[in-house]
Amino acid sequence: MKLYDVIIIGAGVVGTAISRELSRYKLSIGLLEKEEELAFGVSKSNSGIIHPGTHNPRHSLKGRLCVAGNKLTRKISRELGVDFKEVGELVIAFREEDLQHLVRLKEEAQALGVPGLEIVNRAWLKSHEPNLSQEAIAALYAPTAGIISPYRLVYDLAENAVRNGVEACTRNEVTHIETRASERCFEITTSAGKFRARYLINAAGLYADEIARMVGVDDFRIKPRKGEEFILDKKKEHLTNHLLFPLPSKTSKGVLVIKTADGNPMIGPTAVDCDDKEDLSTSDAGLKQVLAGAQQMIPSISESDIIAYFAGLRPVSADDFIIRHEEKVPGFINVAGIQSPGLTAAPAIAVLLCDILRSQGLVLKKKLRFHKHRKKEIHLFAVSLSETAKLIKKDHAYGDIVCRCEMVSAKEIEEAIKRGAKTLDGIKFRTRAQAGRCHGSFCTTRIIKMLTRAAGKPLLKISKKGPGSEIVKQDRVNG
Amino acid sequence: MVKRDLVIIGGGPAGMAAALSAHKNGVRDILLIERDQYLGGILNQCVHTGFGLEYFKEVLTGPEYAARFIREIEGIAPIEISLRSFAVALTKEKVLTYLKPGLLQRVKARALIMATGCREKTREMVHIAGSRPAGIFTAGLAQKLINIEGLLPGKQVVIVGSGDIGLIMARRFLLEGAQVKGVIEIQDRSRGLLRNLVQCIEDFEIPFYCRHKIARIYGNKRVEKVSIVKVDDNLKEVAGSEFQLACDTILISVGLIPENELIEMAGVAIDKKTNCPVSGELNKTSLPGVFVCGNSFKVYDLVDSVTRDSEIAGKLAAEYLRGRK
Amino acid sequence: MTRKLTCIECPKGCVLSVEVEKDKVVKVSGNLCPKGLVYAASEIENPARILTSAVLTKGLDLKMIPVRTDRPIPKSRLMEAMREIKNLKIEKEVHLGDVIAENFLGLGVNLISTRETK
Repeated sequence: MKLYDVIIIGAGVVGTAISRELSRYKLSIGLLEKEEELAFGVSKSNSGIIHPGTHNPRHSLKGRLCVAGNKLTRKISRELGVDFKEVGELVIAFREEDLQHLVRLKEEAQALGVPGLEIVNRAWLKSHEPNLSQEAIAALYAPTAGIISPYRLVYDLAENAVRNGVEACTRNEVTHIETRASERCFEITTSAGKFRARYLINAAGLYADEIARMVGVDDFRIKPRKGEEFILDKKKEHLTNHLLFPLPSKTSKGVLVIKTADGNPMIGPTAVDCDDKEDLSTSDAGLKQVLAGAQQMIPSISESDIIAYFAGLRPVSADDFIIRHEEKVPGFINVAGIQSPGLTAAPAIAVLLCDILRSQGLVLKKKLRFHKHRKKEIHLFAVSLSETAKLIKKDHAYGDIVCRCEMVSAKEIEEAIKRGAKTLDGIKFRTRAQAGRCHGSFCTTRIIKMLTRAAGKPLLKISKKGPGSEIVKQDRVNG
Repeated sequence: MVKRDLVIIGGGPAGMAAALSAHKNGVRDILLIERDQYLGGILNQCVHTGFGLEYFKEVLTGPEYAARFIREIEGIAPIEISLRSFAVALTKEKVLTYLKPGLLQRVKARALIMATGCREKTREMVHIAGSRPAGIFTAGLAQKLINIEGLLPGKQVVIVGSGDIGLIMARRFLLEGAQVKGVIEIQDRSRGLLRNLVQCIEDFEIPFYCRHKIARIYGNKRVEKVSIVKVDDNLKEVAGSEFQLACDTILISVGLIPENELIEMAGVAIDKKTNCPVSGELNKTSLPGVFVCGNSFKVYDLVDSVTRDSEIAGKLAAEYLRGRK
Repeated sequence: MTRKLTCIECPKGCVLSVEVEKDKVVKVSGNLCPKGLVYAASEIENPARILTSAVLTKGLDLKMIPVRTDRPIPKSRLMEAMREIKNLKIEKEVHLGDVIAENFLGLGVNLISTRETK
């Protein structure tokens, strides 16, 4: 059996970022993911914010990695062809007594190296955020905040990593890990096979504690903290110009009014501790709380603006990220408790992991040929009509529209399937087909047929997000 | 860029009736664009009867009703039909851009008739607490899967909304061998035609719950059950009235939304609440020369009404074109 | 005994008052047209419905062809009829109205196509 240099457990944004970074070096790397597709765990519910680094204690790993990650994300997004947009963030104060809090936030952030911070006044807010509540008296402005599509980032990182030699395996849930006292070797048993690796990186999100326990590290627990989010109609795209934050509490950044990379504003999240690592339900109470929080900042937001909603679970452990080599288990590195600002920090975490691996004896020799660029995929909704005309001339399938609401062509869906989409959600995350006004009522039928044809899977096996979520129960063809 | 006298967007019953009427009233250059591979629109998947009672005085199924118009249209040379054609942009100068496999075409229309029909209200537009598993369909999507693709979406169905589409699908699922656990209607009576209540619900003794709503959806990967709760006259939940229904499928049939995003793009005034064009006169819009007919003008109960409405639109377009000469 | 029925012959849905004696209709009122009388009699004495569904094809562009019984069939035979429809397969092009299954279920009724294939 092949002995990998490094195996990474968990193909969310952290796992894929690490794999891509490691793929610069002459190493054999495996990436294991338990779900049907990459990013189907914590990462798919991410709000897509690239944080400037505010909201983190000055000596925290979170803070340091967030600031570094904010810079690295810009570079990586250019290399991978994923859109990053700098929009800036405002932390808003409504009461005189909160001004001190703003000043403290600014100081902590400056100590971390967050650039461009400024406390802005009512007049500034009025001209730069016209829809902001009149009750807002001041805000901390952090210009380096940005937005990105979290799952497109994961897919693009993974694709580039695979291009550079990483082997990514989905549907491989780690069930058992054996360590050998004599040699540096982990024997990993998954639901689909067995793997061997010299170094093992645990980036398993909600299940990082369970993976750590498999090697005898039992000093942390991952407790899910649920966040419900509500997406607004794209027509409201210009409701705000920046990401809007209230003053943070001890446990959460609060209910935000944010912009997303797809254009729709989003409000939320809540922050409720939860027991079930699989509970992604939303609630009427959550909706009420989010609406109230959002309306405090933008009074004109109404419930009728909401066109979709979902929930995610933050993998919460300690106050700070747990990124460390485990002395008791040589070669095992925990990357756990990666909640916000995990998305932002991911590229910096990846660089840190390289340092940790080096310090643990892994030789990182740069490849002569590292393909750092990934060709940006084409989305008709993002190009002009004259560009579309040229594309259609080159390939007829660009003119064959499948998703009517988001203008996604058959060609883009075929490309997504070639790049690894196996499920309806996988297609949705990669192309936006099914994410528009009609939520798939029009295009689902055709997408199911395209998946069947491309994957050679029977219609009955086509699913929303993996086994157990198949779309149809019976096909007349089989009686 | 091509110039056409009349461009009609949508080849369902509305678009076809408008085209035929415009032709009857003297228009000799008509381009009809349709996104599907066939004419007929939504009628193609409406395999049940109930169409044409008023217009043809006959009992017809959806496809049979559509066939009457398809046959007539195909015999008329001045009506050019472009299938698999998808309108993507419209300007206030009436320049339409549409895509089809292999082609992006821009057309300057002297007159335009929108016959784009409706989309359905989805689960996402109404907050229903709980999870987002597979197994939640709009009634129209389920209808297409069953009738056009021969695929049965589920075996144990709960239907939310008692409009005609929901009632028709209750019967359809039953006939295909599925169990329909109930139809849940928040109002105090069904919104559909009485005849559909009889033929679809009473005939098969499907449990019908008025003044009830879904409180929560359960199931991580696929729907497992729903909890239903009674509501009072103010549509507030009645405490203690909750019960559960095990099911693997939820059908959402709570309303239709006219598809008018294209004319909105051209600056036509749209009523924000209904998504219908703001119109002083039947079928006209705030943009002269742009007409709307069928369900995208107003949601009709019967396709017969759609046909009559669209014939008027065709006539108006013809008058408009004569006036422009 | 008097029964109340909703007529389904047209969208008006007249509520009919039907006087029934010994399983036979003796009087009908509430109908706005003669179709209601026919419906009442049939609904009490021999309830029947037009069955509509779709039949699987093989080798044709359209995967399913919509079909209907050309006349109503007894309500009690509907589920059996559906099971029979599932066993059918259309393998050649059809015109509107073509008979797919003659004397369907031996009821003297034909199952016909409601769509043309090209």
